[in-house]
Amino acid sequence: MRPVFVNVGERTNVTGSARFKKLIVEGDYNAALSVARQQVEAGAQIIDVNMDEGLLDSRQAMVTFLNLMAAEPDIARVPVMIDSSKWEVIEAGLKCVQGKSIVNSISMKEGEARFIEQARLCLRYGAAVVVMAFDEQGQADTAARKIEICERAYGILLDRVGFPPEDIIFDPNIFAVATGIEEHDNYAVDFIEATRAIKARLPYARVSGGVSNVSFSFRGNEPVRRAIHSVFLYHAINAGMDMGIVNAGDLPVYDDIDPELREAVEDVILNRRPATGGSQTERLVDLAPRYRGDAGQVRVANLEWRTGTVGQRLTHALVNGITEFIEVDTEEARLEAERPLHVIEGPLMDGMNVVGDLFGAGKMFLPQVVKSARVMKQAVAWLMPFMEAEKAGKPREAAGRILMATVKGDVHDIGKNIVGVVLQCNNYEVIDLGVMVPADRILDEAKAHKVDIIGLSGLITPSLDEMMFVAAEMERRGFDIPLLIGGATTSKTHTAVKIEPGYRRGSTTYVLDASRAVGVVSGLLSQERPRLEAETRADYVRVREQFSRGQAQKTRTPIALARDHRLKIDWTAQPPVRPSFVGVRSFEAWDLADLARHIDWSPFFASWELVGRFPAILDDDVVGEAARDLWKDAQAMLQTIIAEQWFTARGVVGFWPAQAIGDDIAVYADESRTEELARFHSLRQQMDKSSGKANLALSDFVAPVGGPADWIGAFAVTAGHGEAEVASRFKAAGDDYNAILAAALADRLAEAFAEALHRKVRTELWGYSPDEAFDIDRLIAEDYVGIRPAPGYPAQPDHTEKATLFRLLQAESNTGMALTESFAMTPPSSVSGLYFSHPRAHYFGVGKVDRDQVVDYAVRKGWDLATAERWLAPILAYDPSARSGDAAA
Amino acid sequence: MTRQDRIAALKAAARERILVLDGSWGVMFQREGLSEADFRAERFADHPGQMKGNNDILCLTRPDVVTKLHEAYYAAGADISETNTFSATSIAQEDYACQSAVRDINLAGARLARAVADAFTAREPYRPRFVAGSIGPLNKMLSMSSDVNDPGARTVTFDQVYDAYREQVLALHEGGVDLFLIETITDTLNCKAAIKAILDLEDEGLEALPIWISGTITDRSGRTLSGQTAEAFWNSVKHARPFAIGFNCALGADLMRPHIAEMARVAGTLVAAYPNAGLPNAMGQYDEQPHETACHLHEWAQSGLVNILGGCCGTTPDHIRHVAEAVAGVAPRVPPERPKAMRLAGLEPFELA
Repeated sequence: MRPVFVNVGERTNVTGSARFKKLIVEGDYNAALSVARQQVEAGAQIIDVNMDEGLLDSRQAMVTFLNLMAAEPDIARVPVMIDSSKWEVIEAGLKCVQGKSIVNSISMKEGEARFIEQARLCLRYGAAVVVMAFDEQGQADTAARKIEICERAYGILLDRVGFPPEDIIFDPNIFAVATGIEEHDNYAVDFIEATRAIKARLPYARVSGGVSNVSFSFRGNEPVRRAIHSVFLYHAINAGMDMGIVNAGDLPVYDDIDPELREAVEDVILNRRPATGGSQTERLVDLAPRYRGDAGQVRVANLEWRTGTVGQRLTHALVNGITEFIEVDTEEARLEAERPLHVIEGPLMDGMNVVGDLFGAGKMFLPQVVKSARVMKQAVAWLMPFMEAEKAGKPREAAGRILMATVKGDVHDIGKNIVGVVLQCNNYEVIDLGVMVPADRILDEAKAHKVDIIGLSGLITPSLDEMMFVAAEMERRGFDIPLLIGGATTSKTHTAVKIEPGYRRGSTTYVLDASRAVGVVSGLLSQERPRLEAETRADYVRVREQFSRGQAQKTRTPIALARDHRLKIDWTAQPPVRPSFVGVRSFEAWDLADLARHIDWSPFFASWELVGRFPAILDDDVVGEAARDLWKDAQAMLQTIIAEQWFTARGVVGFWPAQAIGDDIAVYADESRTEELARFHSLRQQMDKSSGKANLALSDFVAPVGGPADWIGAFAVTAGHGEAEVASRFKAAGDDYNAILAAALADRLAEAFAEALHRKVRTELWGYSPDEAFDIDRLIAEDYVGIRPAPGYPAQPDHTEKATLFRLLQAESNTGMALTESFAMTPPSSVSGLYFSHPRAHYFGVGKVDRDQVVDYAVRKGWDLATAERWLAPILAYDPSARSGDAAA
Repeated sequence: MTRQDRIAALKAAARERILVLDGSWGVMFQREGLSEADFRAERFADHPGQMKGNNDILCLTRPDVVTKLHEAYYAAGADISETNTFSATSIAQEDYACQSAVRDINLAGARLARAVADAFTAREPYRPRFVAGSIGPLNKMLSMSSDVNDPGARTVTFDQVYDAYREQVLALHEGGVDLFLIETITDTLNCKAAIKAILDLEDEGLEALPIWISGTITDRSGRTLSGQTAEAFWNSVKHARPFAIGFNCALGADLMRPHIAEMARVAGTLVAAYPNAGLPNAMGQYDEQPHETACHLHEWAQSGLVNILGGCCGTTPDHIRHVAEAVAGVAPRVPPERPKAMRLAGLEPFELA
């Protein structure tokens, strides 16, 4: 029998289509209807209507849309799938459809009684039902659980409700595979097996699912996602899957998929180890970039678009980030409009909606969106005087007010600024308090401006502590608004384990990156808030449980034993090299042009959420166009930075005699090694190294007291002098794009400075590799002798060591750099670190440390244990609060 | 005979022969030459506005005429007669400001029919007579806009329609009908509200009665007024597990045939049809003669399309007599055993085979 598969149209689903969502949120039901019409015309056999959007009265939206659809015979001819997580929305929908529809969905999540009640109502209204494999215990993930729940539900529906079995559709939950988490590897197999069992054991029942979930890990790479969908459906349909919510028009035919890709995808779907070895996920991840979409179109610089209507021109300008004509076009639109505000609410928001849709669909990328925002800001700036002149004019209503701040002690704000721009694009009012903002100021401002959400950002690990403090202060001061956590060092685990439990009155949500921010914010400002918060809370409980299990499992090597396993270098075979001088030397204004050629561009693209290696990223089929444009703008700005000396690159380097003492490194004033200038402390790996490898500490790379004479180096460099001024100049002109671009380039120049200086150190100043040739690729690959680890990073996670470094280098007077109370460096575009020259020195991560080492470290640092635990909080292998509870008792 | 006995007898009879429903009521009332005073009687003597035309009120004001018509139809050979309650809902009675009389009309209508049916059954126990509680359409529709400029506009909500039907079906049930007949359905969503109102009665411990659902194909397009095809209509209401499904009104037998044939193909239950006496002439009168109607319906019966036949607008006891005679002895249609499949509907049917 040839399997028949039903595609359920998904574009009239606000959770699946950003475009549809915008139309509905704005009440443009005519355009929304045309979305439905297009779907039917394109062959959708059933239309899924979902209005579960926080900004909406979902119930009313469902009723309005279904009533309007009823008046359109070319749409109403197909059945409707009434899709909502809220029963009252479903029931309202059932009261609007004359045909026989499908309810999506009901489940035993809230117990049998509720399930029976809802099933009975579906029967009385005359609808088929989708039953989710969800029970009182939660959503089923394994095949066994899926089957068990579906069998139980089937029995109840037939025996206790009298439901016709042919009107039952099971959704046994499609989850993402290839997430890198091993437990997820079998999810597709679980679904397929459950489907096979359901079709075999539960006569007449059908199986459906939301297919796009399965490929979620490959978001952004549509060709690979489509291949995954195609392969998944091939197997799921053969197992008996009957229908799915999927954009079927896009799917490649199984047999037409490139065989190499197909095999890799098949391994992932079927959870098979590839024949070539390694994990199937890794293999597909490696392969995926090759299959990115069709080559991005080259933008032709013609002005044909100028012949369109003013609305079309504004949209074109917004989508393409063109500011050239924006004031002329905005003025034209203003003259046509009744009120200047209408230009914003009408054509400009229309254009921004297109931008939002393209961004949501992975067809536009952050740099382009930020450019669009620049165009929008200029248009709004043009209209402002007119709006102010119009006294009767009501202020434009924002969707919500978000306060954002980089916490006290931290100075990094590129990511935060990007989030701010993206939120503003989506009609949120953003109050940005900037960097190094103390908790009381954050909370005072939040109160004064009556904000709806507070977002905290931080890049360095001590900021994690400060965020915990802000959360605790919010609790103490009686806040109940949502708290968002983001930034490079933050994580879902840290948020769940450390921050969220301290703020019970409100909710805390970790936001992975800028592209997630809008979804999180709009959800939390909607009626969905209680549900989302409950879900997040439940999720974080799980994360905490997983975390504490992980804690328990990882055995730590006692510090004494770890020291026995230290790296034992044969100092006579490779004796230390004496630097060309002892003491410090500073550089007042390093040549920016020289720094430019040392730039590693890959992280630059990553800071704009364009992922890929440079220069291959420029030819990337999906993000290539965005990357090329960004690259072009960056090059142009870089030339100006060099020509006009926007930034001053200042640095300092120093070398001293040094010897290891245990896990510490003593730094001496001179070769007599009698006067100890300072002592660097290092932390030692305590993970299980039974394989015979060493438990490393940085001190292992320096010859011990009693060994041959050795030296250590240190440096601090910045390219950030001038950065703040440049950024604020752009911001004042409404040009966030260039403000962020300038900051990102300053960051890159500082890193390049560190790279350039390191090279000079190796070849000249320390001179242990005098013959090294310049090769940027080898530099980026760190293919050279010696390392320059920075305090606060994996080889020495303790940021406080920077204080010693700065003191030795007299960094403040030599470079104008300073440290905040959290040991972040200012200006933000700064890098510092130690130099180790030995050929066996290499980068490593300390990992989690146990209490025996922390106690020892505290003594060495002259701290009490609590202080040590606070600064080392991110790497503790134990829960210090568990013990402090005992102590208090 | 208890109601359960009668229901069993109804089902048994349907297996054996083609059942006959009565004919039109409107044309018969016209022939009675009733005056405004007849419609008012004492109870509504001072009721504002015109009452003439509110045929259902006659259950209260001229019960004798209603009884006479039931008798005429049963005597002509009808197995089933409908209560005179086609418009007896609070929404339809709004036109006459008689919402407060709705319960009384339905109770009286059911009791009048019940009494006549029981009298016939007592006389001819080998041929029991049945009462179908008539549930007509509303002048307000749930699937269609009330405003040409706003396709989303509705003058009533599902809940209001449900409440109106609930009041009617409760009273009909109490008055003793043997089955419910939701008829002349122009909007399937209104019908679904009526179905839910009926099914929900079970939650209150009321005995379940058979449901007969009769839609109206309005013209040659072959669709209901709300746009559904015959099969889509069936898919949309089959959750009621109806005793019978079919069409009535709007069309004469000749034009209704393809739609009844289609219903006969898809419906896994009894198929019923009661067409008009042809299409109305320029004067709004029906010209089709009793033998002509009977001729058409006889052919349907012969072709195995139907289980229940009767007449709608323009038909008289004479038409019903001819039909009853024509189909006597013709084997009833056997509902097809279709394979179980998920069958959904918009305006058109959808089947997942």
